Formats: sequence, structure tokens, C-alpha cells
Amino acid sequence: MSTVTIAAANVELDNEGFFIDPTQWNEHMVPELARRAGIDELTDRHWTVVRFMREQYLNTGSGPTVRVLGKTSGIPIKELYELFPHGPAKTAAKIAGIPKPRGCI
Amino acid sequence: MRSRIVILGGGTAGTLVANRLVRRLGDSVDVTVVDQDDSHVYQPGLLFVPFGRANPEDLSRSRRRQMDDAVRFVPSGVDSVDLAANRVTLSDHEDLDYDVLVIASGARLVPEETEGLTGPGWNDRVFTFYTPEGAAGLQRAVRDFSGGRVVVNVVDLPIKCPVAPLEFAFLADWYFHQRGLRDHVELVYVTPLDGAFTKPVASAHLGGLLRAKGIDLVTEFNTGRVDGEARRLVGYDGRSVDFDLAVVVPLHSGAEYVGRSAGLGDELDFVPVDEQTLQSKAAPNVFAVGDAAALPTSKAGSVAHYEGDLLVENIDRLIHDLPLSGRFDGHTNCFIESGFGKAMLIDFNYDTEPLPGHFPSTLGLPLLRESRLNHLAKLGFEWFYWHVLLPGRDLPGLGSAMPTRGKPGLAGAGLKED
Repeated sequence: MSTVTIAAANVELDNEGFFIDPTQWNEHMVPELARRAGIDELTDRHWTVVRFMREQYLNTGSGPTVRVLGKTSGIPIKELYELFPHGPAKTAAKIAGIPKPRGCI
Repeated sequence: MRSRIVILGGGTAGTLVANRLVRRLGDSVDVTVVDQDDSHVYQPGLLFVPFGRANPEDLSRSRRRQMDDAVRFVPSGVDSVDLAANRVTLSDHEDLDYDVLVIASGARLVPEETEGLTGPGWNDRVFTFYTPEGAAGLQRAVRDFSGGRVVVNVVDLPIKCPVAPLEFAFLADWYFHQRGLRDHVELVYVTPLDGAFTKPVASAHLGGLLRAKGIDLVTEFNTGRVDGEARRLVGYDGRSVDFDLAVVVPLHSGAEYVGRSAGLGDELDFVPVDEQTLQSKAAPNVFAVGDAAALPTSKAGSVAHYEGDLLVENIDRLIHDLPLSGRFDGHTNCFIESGFGKAMLIDFNYDTEPLPGHFPSTLGLPLLRESRLNHLAKLGFEWFYWHVLLPGRDLPGLGSAMPTRGKPGLAGAGLKED
């Protein structure tokens, strides 16, 4: 666990860089979180995914996996990987300020 | 009036729940089980088919004959469930009205959801051992294999028995050793996870076992396409893995009728339920059990077994207008065949990851460690499955909750998952 400063606010991240407390997040942090995740240019499509992740987390208690994201976000998996080359679900979860998607056991 | 209980699915979960219900509730209930066919496959046995250690025809029995005489069996597909009307529409039978509905229709393979998987090379050099037909085809392919690169790939989770693909890799190592071919066979395990398994302690143990057996591990690989002609798995991120023989565990979904039933399922047609009571989030008189339920635990027969006990208690209480009291703790255990006549055993629940020790107590089977005893227990389990587990008999000394005796690590701090 570490405390980092994002958009002039202190937030706590776990060892992999996911938010521990999603309430510490706000939309102003998104550009900086995206840069930390290797995405320099944020498009509307990125925002769509990030907002969708956040909303799903708030509704269900976990961010969706890539497969569910592809089925429900309206953005096909191929494009999700173009937007987030290092793994759409994980990267978008970090930017959306939510814990690591539970995936499965 | 007798309560009408309809169970959709006559597999592990549906059968043992039906048998327990009629034994516990007797004449006060009418229990009906619906399934589209009368073939109950002992699925753990499929793992051994590719290596000539089991034959698919020996693994299958009549579903109906595993059920108590008091259970009515209806052979039919399911069209949909109307939650508001408490009615199930069947494709080959008149509608069934229910007081309590149990969704036990398991998980379904959807290989067609992965581009190219069922295209050229399917059942020729690209196989799955998750079906009797696939396992039989793979038996021939493995027998005729003289050398090259064998790739075991899990497309994505959830899958039934998440340790089975690892077991396949371990058994393939052993099988090719036996045939004197191991030096000519490259074994590669390709997974979407960031390690050999999901749970950290078990993942480290199993990853170590892969290394010790000379099986390469490719992690965080999300298969986007299978090219059977070029003999290549292509990941969404652009990476690719070449193969001569591919053993693929396809994507899984819940039953199709779940998707056709408004409000019942999630995006993958599994049924969201309360993690402890197994009550559907869509209707209080609907439950889901076994692989059909969307729960943060493994899709495995042991889970269906442990859930069955408390589900029957909850149905009993629901019928009698009492608050639900059965609480599932996520208890799972899995034997992991590791080849050369040995196996490991893991035991865990929602809160406690698989730990070393012994099951069910200090004198029991070794946990997270290879042993001959575990292998024998795994082989003996088939008899137990047909004669004890499916009939729903109680086991002396083995309750549903995960045992904590025999796990020294549990006393220590920091070993529990957060």
C-alpha cells in the first residue's frame, strides 16, 4: 500500500496501483491516473469505458472483466485493447479509481 | 397443500438437492427435475480420457436413475422462466407452475464466442477435453502425437473446475514421459491470469510445480482468435503463441433459457444470488445452486455438494414461512492430479485462501502438497460421487463448512485474504 498525490489530493493505492478507497476518487484525477497507466491522450472512448467501469462498480460491487465489458459497454473487445493496450479491465479500473476487478476464482 | 418445487437441471447440484429434499420433506413436497437429456456425465473423469485412463462411455449414467423414486423427472428443454407468474415454459412438455424454483442448469461451453476456435483444425489439432466427444478426440490426437508443441489455453474465467487445465498439463508431462517422448514435446500453459492460479499461496505452489516439470507459463494472455491453419493463438494485445496441438478450455456461459428469462441472469447468463443463502436477487422463491449461480467461488462439484445441504434447509424454511438460516461459506475443495501417480488437494472458502496443512483435520489428506494418498482419494472419489454424493447422504465428520483444524497457517496473522 502507498499514498500518492493525484490532482493535489492524497489517495491510497494497493501494491498493484488500484484504489483502496474508491470514495477518494474524482473525475479531475482521470488525466493524471491515465498518464500513470501509460495513456497520454484520453479520448471520449476512453472516458466512456472509465465511466462505465465506475458505474458498474457502484452498482455491483466489482468492476467487470474484459469479456463482460465487451458484452455490455457497447465497445468491442478489440477496440478496448486498442484503447487500453495493457489490459482494458485492469487499466480502466485503475483510472476509474476502483479496486481490481474480481474476475473469477 | 403440497409445495411444488421445480429444479431446472439434473446434474450434480440438481440431483443431490432433489434427493435431499424428498428425504427431508417427504410427502409435503412435489419435486420435479427437468433436464434436456438423460445422460449424467461424471465430469471429473473427462480429464483422464485423453490419456487413455478412462473412456467416455463409462463416465455416463442415466440422470433419472440417480434420483429417488419420489422425484418426478421431466425430459425437456427449458424455454424460459416467468418470475412474476411463477411458471416455467418448457420446449417439450406443458408448462410447470412452481412454489419454489431451483436453477441448477450449470454452465455451458460457448467455443463459438472465440473467433476461429471452432473453425479449421477444430477437433483435429484444436481440442477441448471438457466434453465427452472432445476428450475422446483428444485421446486419439495425444496417442498419435510424436512430438512438437502442446499448448494448454484457458480463454477466460469463469470455467468449471478451474484446476482442470493445470491438471491436464501435469498429466501430459507424465504421459509423454511414460512414452519416452517428453524430450520431444514442449508444453506451454497459457492463461489470462497473472499466475498459475487465482489464489496467491496456491498460485505460487502450482507455478512452482509447472516450473519443476518444465512446463512454460504464459500469463495475462487473452485469446482473441484461434488460427487452426497457421496453428497459432492470437491474443487481443497482439502477442501470439504457436502450437502443434492446442487444448483449449472455451468460454463458459450459463444456460440459454436464463438469458431469455427477464430479470433472472447476469451478462453471462449466470444467476446472481445471495452469497450465503443462495436466494436469487430477482425473486425470493427462486434459488440457484452449483455452476449456474454467479458466486465468487469455484464452479466445482464440491461447491454444489456443500451448497446442497444448506439450500435444502433454506427451502424447508421458506416453505414454512421462516427466515432463511442456511449460510454458505464458499467452501470448495479440489484434488489436483499432478502426474506420476500423485495429486494435491486444496481447500478454501470465501475468506480463506488454500493453505498448507491437512484435510479435514491434522490426520487427514495433505493440503497443497503432492502425495500418492491424494491421487488414490481422487480415483476413489468416482464411487463416492455416484453412491454417496448424488444420493445426498450425510458424511460422518464432514459438514458443509470449511474445516479449520489441520491448517496451522490459519492461526497466523496476514494469511487471510483481505
